[in-house]
Amino acid sequence: MVNMTINLILLFALILVALWTVMTIRLIRSIVGLALTSAILSVIMYRLHSPLAAVFELSVCSGLISVIFVTTVSFTQRISKEKLRIRRKERLLKFWYLPVILIATAVMLCQHLLTPQFTLPLLVPAQGLGVRDLLWSCRHLDLLGQVVMLLAGAFGVVILFKESRK
Amino acid sequence: MLSLFILIPLLLLFILNLPVKFIRQGAFGLVGLLLSVQILAALLHSLFPWSAFPEILGSFFIFSLAVDNLTLVMLLTIGTVALVSLIVAASTIGQERLRFYFVNLLLICVIGMNAIVLVRDIFSLYVFIEIVSVSSFILIALERNKSAIEGTFKYLMLSAMATVFILSGIACFLLAAGDLSFVSIHSAFYDPAASFILKVAASLFLCGLFIKAGVAPFHGWVMDAYLASPASVSVLLAGVATKISGVYVLLRLFGSVFIVNAPLQNIILFAGAFSIVLGALAALTQDDLKRMLAYSSISQIGYIILALGCATPLAFAGAVFHFFNHAIFKSLLFVNAAALEKRFGSTDMNKLAGQGYKMPVTGITSLMGVLSTAGIPPLSGFWSKLIIILALFSSGRFVYAGIALLASVLTLAYFLVFQRRIFFCKSELQEPALENPGKISRALGFSEISLAIITVVTGAVFVFMPGNWIMPLKGIFW
Repeated sequence: MVNMTINLILLFALILVALWTVMTIRLIRSIVGLALTSAILSVIMYRLHSPLAAVFELSVCSGLISVIFVTTVSFTQRISKEKLRIRRKERLLKFWYLPVILIATAVMLCQHLLTPQFTLPLLVPAQGLGVRDLLWSCRHLDLLGQVVMLLAGAFGVVILFKESRK
Repeated sequence: MLSLFILIPLLLLFILNLPVKFIRQGAFGLVGLLLSVQILAALLHSLFPWSAFPEILGSFFIFSLAVDNLTLVMLLTIGTVALVSLIVAASTIGQERLRFYFVNLLLICVIGMNAIVLVRDIFSLYVFIEIVSVSSFILIALERNKSAIEGTFKYLMLSAMATVFILSGIACFLLAAGDLSFVSIHSAFYDPAASFILKVAASLFLCGLFIKAGVAPFHGWVMDAYLASPASVSVLLAGVATKISGVYVLLRLFGSVFIVNAPLQNIILFAGAFSIVLGALAALTQDDLKRMLAYSSISQIGYIILALGCATPLAFAGAVFHFFNHAIFKSLLFVNAAALEKRFGSTDMNKLAGQGYKMPVTGITSLMGVLSTAGIPPLSGFWSKLIIILALFSSGRFVYAGIALLASVLTLAYFLVFQRRIFFCKSELQEPALENPGKISRALGFSEISLAIITVVTGAVFVFMPGNWIMPLKGIFW
């Protein structure tokens, strides 16, 4: 029961931070929000007995990607306070329906989840093979797919960046 | 043996990038040969059942691949359209370096598409859908001009949304079935306890696939992507890439994974009919040929979706047949657009008006494509639409059958307007008013004639096809 409560609190925090990430107007705050989302997700993964996935999420998504985003943001220019105020207002008018949809979905899900016959499979910790064994022993095709994806990425970088400089 | 459809193109990709000059110069020939072998393998499977041979690399790799009639039709379609796209690229992409990059990216796209039709696991399916998408993004942006980057950006953004939907759907499937193989997910549909999660999973997955397939109202990226792409990429995208990563997956899921219930059927039927009508009405108002063809694609995909919603074995066979026919006649029309663009430097129909009479081969082949798309007998498009409409009638969906029938008239209207404006009248204006007039190559003419012949022959020999090709497709349908 305590475990379930902690998991639900973590999930709730995850959704709140993710919402803040997409709703905030400042890019740096968005990056911080994204890093926090990844960090909370890492904790959830660790609690679900997937330490390898948790470490990967924390180091790559929370660490490396945040560094790349901060580097990119350092090339941008700050906008004036007046413009910021207008954009914030426009944003709220444009996306007013997002919280409404979220609340409606949450209500619908809660109605279904609170029925006595429903069990939450999400709380079942990872069992069987570990991530490493699973990848190297059972998912050869996906690994091959990752290799092809890397090749496609390499061609993308060459065509879009190296060639455009020429 | 089946893994060779993935491993040989991958090996060729590495070979092409060796620092050997003559291999790079022969890249087009090597890839063309590979695609021709794929076409032959798919066509000759009934005479030489290669899929029965054991996996050569089976002891080294564990790949869960399988082949059935649907897979064979898809492998044939992929090989044919990719080969045509390669021929068009050889004639239309000027710079040597860009042509080489195109060949590499085409190979990556073919690897992705071949894998999509061979895998029987929903996560592997997702991985290879992403490979097709990523290679498509780069192909659209190949010329790196403003419209190409804009088209890529729109596709990238909507594709990212599709990815979120698909991944969330996969997570729900894993929760419900405990495994991601098609068989396990299909079995989970019989478990009432998993019903709610499976409904959520199927809805999320369908939203993602509708975006990938460009079904209305998720079609926002289609027009810009097709319009901004180089001619050869438009052929590949419209002919097969978006259809394999969107429509084929829908066919596979509806054919052998999902258990379709009445509410889901109604949603799919409505989406199909909406796509047909919206695409046809929007195509009527277009002045750019490629944009009109993009809207026409949305409309034709609607027919396939409508057949899926009907959810009978006959409708399923009609959907697969229309998939193949559409890939061929839409590729033909995009090759015609490429020929016009190459000759007159534009796809704007106001500029092209009355100029097409100078290109009789393009004019006649275009007429074949137009009539087939509109469903005029005895061309291939007529038979596939007839099967779909008959299936709708026999299942009591009279309104949807009527919509499909009336939309064919709309299709005929916008295509005849196009044909008349460009090919059936002479312009008073002189040709030099257009930019960069050039001559089309023999290879481009060969592609046009070959695709027109496939369209005509498929229609002409249809009477022999039901027993051998079309109806066995029903067997895939659960």
